[in-house]
Amino acid sequence: MAKRIDVSGLNAYYGSFLAIEDISMTVEPRSVTAFIGPSGCGKSTFLRTLNRMHEVTPGGRVEGKVMLDDENLYGTGIDPVAVRREVGMVFQRPNPFPTMSVYDNVAAGLRLNGSYKKSQLDDVVEKSLKGANLWNEVKDRLNKPGSGLSGGQQQRLCIARAIAVEPKVLLMDEPCSALDPISTLAIEDLIGELKERFTIVIVTHNMQQAARVSDRTAFFNLAAVGQPGKLIEIDDTERIFSNPSVQATEDYISGRFG
Amino acid sequence: MSTAPSHAGKRSSTLQGGRLPKWAPYAIAAGSLALGIGISAAAGLSSSIQWALIAAILYILGTYVVAAKVENRRQAKDRVVTSLVWVAFLLAVVPLASLVWSTVQRGTKVLDGYFLSHSMGVVADSETGGGIYHAILGTLEQVGLATLIAAPIGVLTAIYLVEYGRGSLARAVTFFVDVMTGIPSIVAGLFILSIMLMFEMEPFGFAGSLALAILMMPVVVRSTEEMLKLVPNELREASLALGVPKWRTILKVVLPTSLGGITTGIMLSIARIAGETAPVLLLVFGSKFINSNPFEGAQASLPLYIYQQYGSGEAAAYDRAWAASLTLIAFIMILNLVARGLARWKAPKTGR
Ligand SMILES: Nc1ncnc2c1ncn2[C@@H]1O[C@H](COP(=O)(O)OP(=O)(O)O)[C@@H](O)[C@H]1O
Ligand SMILES: [Mg+2]
Repeated sequence: MAKRIDVSGLNAYYGSFLAIEDISMTVEPRSVTAFIGPSGCGKSTFLRTLNRMHEVTPGGRVEGKVMLDDENLYGTGIDPVAVRREVGMVFQRPNPFPTMSVYDNVAAGLRLNGSYKKSQLDDVVEKSLKGANLWNEVKDRLNKPGSGLSGGQQQRLCIARAIAVEPKVLLMDEPCSALDPISTLAIEDLIGELKERFTIVIVTHNMQQAARVSDRTAFFNLAAVGQPGKLIEIDDTERIFSNPSVQATEDYISGRFG
Repeated sequence: MSTAPSHAGKRSSTLQGGRLPKWAPYAIAAGSLALGIGISAAAGLSSSIQWALIAAILYILGTYVVAAKVENRRQAKDRVVTSLVWVAFLLAVVPLASLVWSTVQRGTKVLDGYFLSHSMGVVADSETGGGIYHAILGTLEQVGLATLIAAPIGVLTAIYLVEYGRGSLARAVTFFVDVMTGIPSIVAGLFILSIMLMFEMEPFGFAGSLALAILMMPVVVRSTEEMLKLVPNELREASLALGVPKWRTILKVVLPTSLGGITTGIMLSIARIAGETAPVLLLVFGSKFINSNPFEGAQASLPLYIYQQYGSGEAAAYDRAWAASLTLIAFIMILNLVARGLARWKAPKTGR
């Protein structure tokens, strides 16, 4: 089910601007890896190279290797659309499809890919909503518009939508930064459950959140604005927060930064 | 006028200030209207535009003076700008209202079931009777065919420009769309006419449709482009990240989200070309008879009918021209209303 990610020597560009440089790391299956670092250091950019969403941006270009188990996502003949079915994504701002009901939002991945049996759909929707801890709140309003839910519910709807297509890896880009503390807790709990089934990578600006939910933490930094972002270190979360091996990490975590 | 704190009079609070009563603007309006009429009468000015202008100026001045006295300078300016906006609004609405009013007044004289269901077949311009069935039919067919051509091409062009267009081809297409937007309708007509003359063809309805399509296409492209740009990029990314191919994302996420706006744009561009006379005059020629075949023989159309009836100078023909105008305005109004209804019905629901 869940797959290992192995990145080596990865550069990502916007046009001629090198946004992240020479990143190598391994993400274990069935674990939560948190990305932390100051704004603009390329966390989102790096995350989007992991499911080939980076090239959707005009001028977006990637060099290097991203191995998903034993396949290079940037190898020849790899279909980015197929990659995105294996590696799902949850965005910073909840973005349910406004024309669709709650049910249709969750079913969207399967329906739009055209690869489903009608009889399965109900089950998949129920299972995904339960998986996203949203079922009890929406089971009576499955046919209401998805955009009518609260922000936290919308974000969990987006998570349900992402897991409905059974990806191997789930990428989350600051999934709680637009949410209140209660909804944030709900999503953190959910991440703890989801890691049984998926490999999870989460970008967060919230140190406590990284400490609470992740097994491993990667710290990114950039020398100056306009310089490429770099991976400073990646280690067990406990070590990063108690005894990091690089001074810059400690400075950032303890708030002695910039 | 600063109030010292020790001076504990009525105005002890610095947050309170004089306020004009709610009815004050109406009172000032009524006063300046009466004064305006009075002045005009005294000066012997007969034109209603003159006394209305005098009243408007008096109203703005009066508002400023009264508000500055009772309230303060800032409130006075606020009220003056508000009144300017109202005056501008009235200036825009008065001609429209009077146009609708006179069209309804003169148009209803001969507008009835008979008028809508008969042609001018055996009726001379000077006689009463006759109708616009042939013209309605012609307009519907010509505009319908033009829409069938222009709407798909326009929407697809807009999709190309917004979703795929990069580099010089997209810039060239944008440039030509801009140029086409500015083509006078008579030139579009002449363009088709020159082709028709090359093949020695007689006027027919579809030739008019082609010219109308040329006029309609850039409008559809522009409005559709705007609507597609309004679709948040996040929705496209959400769909792509689910492993949905780009073309399906456009078809199933982008288009449904903007469908209301796109339909409204198409409806409005139909309304725009339904009143075109020049290309129809050149290419379809006009006819007194019912011709339901747009691919052969001259046809009538509503704007052309109005033009020809009015041009004939007969009293009975005037009545018919006004009635046809009323029909055309009603047709366009209905299109607009349908467009609005569709936009509201199809707009993404928040349902909160
Ligand atoms: N669409 C884009 N076009 C050009 N540059 C971009 C774009 N998105 C991000 N960047 C640049 O790439 C760098 C990394 O940005 P990002 O990955 O969003 O950082 P983070 O998520 O860590 O805040 C920044 O310098 C940013 O200005
Ligand atoms: Mg970011």
